[in-house]
Amino acid sequence: MGQITLQQVRKAFGDVEVIPPLDLNINDGEFVVFVGPSGCGKSTLLRLIAGLEDVSGGMISIDGNDATALPPAKRGLAMVFQSYALYPHMTVRKNIAFPMRMAGMDQAEQDRRIEGAAKALNLTDYLDRRPGQLSGGQRQRVAIGRAIVREPSAFLFDEPLSNLDAALRHGMRLEIAELHKRLDTTMIYVTHDQIEAMTLADKIVVLQAGVIEQVGSPMELYNSPRNVFVAGFIGSPKMNLLTGTEASNRGAHTVGIRPEHIDVSATEGTWKGTVGVAEHLGSDTFFHVHVEGMQEPMTIRASGDLTMSHGDTIYLTPDEQRFHKFDNAGLRVE
Amino acid sequence: MATQSSRSAARIMMAPAVFLLLVWMLVPLGMTLWFSVRSYLPLRGGDQGFVGLENFSRFISSSAFWPAVQTTLFIVGGVLVISIVFGIMLALLLDQPLWGQGVVRILVIAPFFVMPTVSALVWKNMFMDPVNGVFAHLWRFFGGDPVVWLTEVPVFSIVMIVSWQWLPFATLILLTAIQSLDSEQLEAAEMDGAKWTSRFAYIILPHLGRAITIVILIQTIFLLAVFAEIFVTTGGAFGTRTLTYLIYQRVLESQNVGLGSAGGVYAIILANIVAIFLMRIVGKNLDK
Repeated sequence: MGQITLQQVRKAFGDVEVIPPLDLNINDGEFVVFVGPSGCGKSTLLRLIAGLEDVSGGMISIDGNDATALPPAKRGLAMVFQSYALYPHMTVRKNIAFPMRMAGMDQAEQDRRIEGAAKALNLTDYLDRRPGQLSGGQRQRVAIGRAIVREPSAFLFDEPLSNLDAALRHGMRLEIAELHKRLDTTMIYVTHDQIEAMTLADKIVVLQAGVIEQVGSPMELYNSPRNVFVAGFIGSPKMNLLTGTEASNRGAHTVGIRPEHIDVSATEGTWKGTVGVAEHLGSDTFFHVHVEGMQEPMTIRASGDLTMSHGDTIYLTPDEQRFHKFDNAGLRVE
Repeated sequence: MATQSSRSAARIMMAPAVFLLLVWMLVPLGMTLWFSVRSYLPLRGGDQGFVGLENFSRFISSSAFWPAVQTTLFIVGGVLVISIVFGIMLALLLDQPLWGQGVVRILVIAPFFVMPTVSALVWKNMFMDPVNGVFAHLWRFFGGDPVVWLTEVPVFSIVMIVSWQWLPFATLILLTAIQSLDSEQLEAAEMDGAKWTSRFAYIILPHLGRAITIVILIQTIFLLAVFAEIFVTTGGAFGTRTLTYLIYQRVLESQNVGLGSAGGVYAIILANIVAIFLMRIVGKNLDK
């Protein structure tokens, strides 16, 4: 079980309100990702759920019970920290055993769970080493192991992959996704990386300045962003947002078109421009195009076969069906 | 070529400092060794020639020797225990956010800046004086008989004075160690269900291990040489005579330079035994 409900939860540090009253419902077994730019309050929100920070108002309930005033240890949640927060003077085995030792569990059960976690996380050979002798990815796995053995009702991850290099990050991302499928336990995951959010989540919560901008599945957020902020934040490369005549021609204050929904041609099209920087990824190429009459360069995504270089003339044709339209308050209009 | 020449240049430039340090150390050591094998009584005939190891056997067979060693170890041990235990408590306290933190920290460090002679005199006359001392007033306020500190519990009194001087040092080192502890570790332990006492025992204390060994090492070196505090309070009476003080008495009070020098050699040996012992512990701790 791991159903978490936030009702009118708010948090203020002194006079500064970091999180205005907020409601959120997290279902049992769901993988929820809090995503937003740095300083948007996503880590604070996670720490409120964990109990490491006290709420300034509102109620947090876990599995239907009021947990607002419960100390962190009593909430039945396990957390994986950004710095891993392993205990440096203990071996991997003792690190993993620590929460069970604190709970006074009997030794045989402890050993059984440690073996299980070590096997699941490929740590069996490292159980007698200290964290200082492990690589970043292994430390990360020890931190996850320490969380698993508690058999918590929900896992909390605070930017767990941000200290890893790109290759490892991808590997660990898959492992976490795999872990979620296997354990089928609620997971709450904080990140500023929208790729992690898109690939892992059942449900994404987009935050900005402590306010929930949109809650939805990754594809919902991609296909129908509720406002300009979500439109610009979700998707990589970023959506092109246009104002002025291009927007008013289509009956909106702001229109957005994703880089992958623009066709490219060397001879004819709706917009004419010159190629700026081209980023070759192999399968795809991202062109930054300076379109005549527009201030911001447009980003377009073309097949990797297309050969165009800096200064070439290029014609762009957006897919009119795929335009996202927003009113002057930044909200989506259908 | 460049590294070669810069290396030799470095050697030449360091030479004066190394030379000075060597002279500084070797001349007194050489003189101590020289006097320790001679009968040298400045007021009773001066240098009376070579006597072999007689000074050494006389110093060690004196009835004052073993009690002096015992007192030395008791004072060193006592001060270490007090300054580390209270140092940890103070460091934990000072690590908390509190109003006027900067001023409080400077005040805590202040005793370290007071000269040993002065602090010992302050304690002797202002705190421990059986008639006018603060403690005497305190005892009388609660209806007790004032303790005559320096005669009734002389060694403990000196331990107290020296601890007061060294507590700031221990606190400072331990405070910086506590501040370097990753707060996420404590939060992780909290989530793992560790109560405050367990967090202290399993996270904070092991983290302080290194700092504690360094405090022990440095303080021991200085505490073996405690002198002024004894000189201005008890003058070595009532069993407060340490090895250092015994050497002082042999050389200046008995005017027997040879005998004192032999004691000095014993002190060097004792300090080295302690140093080797401590270095091994520290080395083990730093390797982790």
